Amino acid sequence: MDKLPGWADVVLVPLISLLCAAVLSALVILAIGQDPVEALNVMVTGALGSPYGWGYTLYYATSFIFTGLAVTIAFHASLFNIGGEGQAQLGGLGVALVCLALPWPHWTVALLAASLGAALFGAAWAAIPAYLQARRGSHIVITTIMFNYIASALIVYMLVDVLRPAGQMDPATARFPAGTNLPTLDQIPGFSLIFTRTVPANVTFLVALAACVLVWALLWRTRLGYEIRAFGRSEPAARYAGINPFRIIMVTMLLSGALAGLMSINNVMGESERLVQNSTEGAGFIGIAVALMGRNHPVGVLLAALLFGFLYQGGAELGLWTSIPIELRIVVQGLVILFTGALDQMVRMLLGRLFRLRSPKAA
Amino acid sequence: MDFATLIQILDSTLRLATPLLLACLAGLFSERAGIFDIGLEGKMLMAAMASGAVAALTGSVWLGLGAGIAASLLLAALHGVASITFRGNQLISGVALNFLASGITVLVAQRLFGQGGRTPPLDGAARFQHLTLPFADAVRDVPILGPIYADLLSGHTILTYVALLAVPATAWVLYRTRFGLRLRAVGENPAAVDTAGISVVYLRYAAVAITGILCGLAGAYMATALQAGFGREMTAGRGYIALAALIFAKWRPWGALWATLLFGFFQALALRPDVAEGVAGVRIPVSLLDALPYILTVLVLAGFVGKAIPPRAGGEPYVKER
Repeated sequence: MDKLPGWADVVLVPLISLLCAAVLSALVILAIGQDPVEALNVMVTGALGSPYGWGYTLYYATSFIFTGLAVTIAFHASLFNIGGEGQAQLGGLGVALVCLALPWPHWTVALLAASLGAALFGAAWAAIPAYLQARRGSHIVITTIMFNYIASALIVYMLVDVLRPAGQMDPATARFPAGTNLPTLDQIPGFSLIFTRTVPANVTFLVALAACVLVWALLWRTRLGYEIRAFGRSEPAARYAGINPFRIIMVTMLLSGALAGLMSINNVMGESERLVQNSTEGAGFIGIAVALMGRNHPVGVLLAALLFGFLYQGGAELGLWTSIPIELRIVVQGLVILFTGALDQMVRMLLGRLFRLRSPKAA
Repeated sequence: MDFATLIQILDSTLRLATPLLLACLAGLFSERAGIFDIGLEGKMLMAAMASGAVAALTGSVWLGLGAGIAASLLLAALHGVASITFRGNQLISGVALNFLASGITVLVAQRLFGQGGRTPPLDGAARFQHLTLPFADAVRDVPILGPIYADLLSGHTILTYVALLAVPATAWVLYRTRFGLRLRAVGENPAAVDTAGISVVYLRYAAVAITGILCGLAGAYMATALQAGFGREMTAGRGYIALAALIFAKWRPWGALWATLLFGFFQALALRPDVAEGVAGVRIPVSLLDALPYILTVLVLAGFVGKAIPPRAGGEPYVKER
């Protein structure tokens, strides 16, 4: 098969995939008797038309950056971590335990400690599947799926039987003390000029941006990153070069789990300020779509996370203002994963034909 | 726990194991042919919605069943195109189809019925009725065996019996027919099958289609037999439990029966925490019972309960040499 030019592979393939997903979504909207143009209008106005809408879009995007990076880093070692959802839920537990443990004096200290808790718990939840993959050869996809379900059962147990304050009906922890409340973007000097109303996007967004830079530096500027990528490209070659597969699988999955866990400082500490059931709301799975769409590069992940943030906020607006159910965003998410992750060969073949048509001599 | 309670629990075990068993056998065909399928959940959900909707609209459960199978086959075909024809990543395709099904089912049900993504409650001919096996009433008074026959084995819908019969049928097809031999071969060493002049693509599509049909039965059972109508996310992870059972069963048909019965038993116990408490002597959190199938599967995967070796060519697209 002809090889596509590099820029086409990086830019065109995701864009065409996105276009395919968008066209199919429009057809779905038509099929349920609604107007796709009006739907897009509502989504754009609601998610991007005002600073208030952006506040929500950025809030969702923050979570998706973390889970997207988690999937990305595992993909580079050719490990498919579907367990981001469970790791993020456990991260939430870590955040809740840290926030409720002490009367934190200031949010900066609390943020540091809670990040550590989130990362540790997320990493711990990835550790067992990683160990089983590295030592026993159990397929990491299956074990991480199982761990998602075990995590949600564990969280239900913790919330119902352990962490729920006496006399409270709903299964959730107590509210976190005021010292742990993270400043939202409207409370941060500079951002407050744009965001005049209270928005859920908070200082975690800046942490997420920093995480993008750190993951980039780790993957492409350190020895460990080189080893991870070498292992992902060819395990026998990496082994021959003296790279220890056990160490790479463990370290990569621990980092991946830690990143997924870090997501919960955004939603648990920054937004709900207590741990509730299903706090992640599927963000762990959206990480898969974000990583695929972003071509496993932190810049791509950032852009894809913004796109999915728009999709999530826009989808919520659709649920509010039109009779299109909010579940449309799950359909779009599924289509994006399908086209970018499973049908990418089809897109490449189509593009390859187009390129040959344009330059018959090159073919 | 007295005998009557035990019979009750085992009766609901059988009821709850039926969709797991059908989905597990579905996955067995696909994975034995070398196509990983984590989209069992999505296919079941799609079938549940289609069968619930058509049964509600036409009043005929059989038309509903047909629609369920057709809907599930549609998703199976998509999975086939992505993973066989375009040699895409089978795991990612499965994940994508699960999301697609999760969203589409609510969209369609909402459009058709406007009841918040549910189908209207089904009754009468729009639902599978409980069958009474012959002589069930006559032998009920026989000690021990009577209740086992009359209350445990009798009184299920036809799909439960279909699921139970599907186990020997699957074993026969897989181990006693030419098709089964080739199917297993294509999951272990597709190049050898190709060399023998048999189409790898055809065999894999056939396997994926059987998966679609069985998942269709499982989904239709959910909406028209176990419950009376479709509700959003009604499969509640059963596709993944079936996947777990498949590993637990080490990709073998009779193993699938025992594994799904075991997991069905956990689900039945989770519905009766009082019984579980009475037997164990301590209060068992319901979440522990919910998590048990997954924990057991991880233990199996870890190699503590015998080794589970998947079909060797599973997950790898076959590229014919030119």
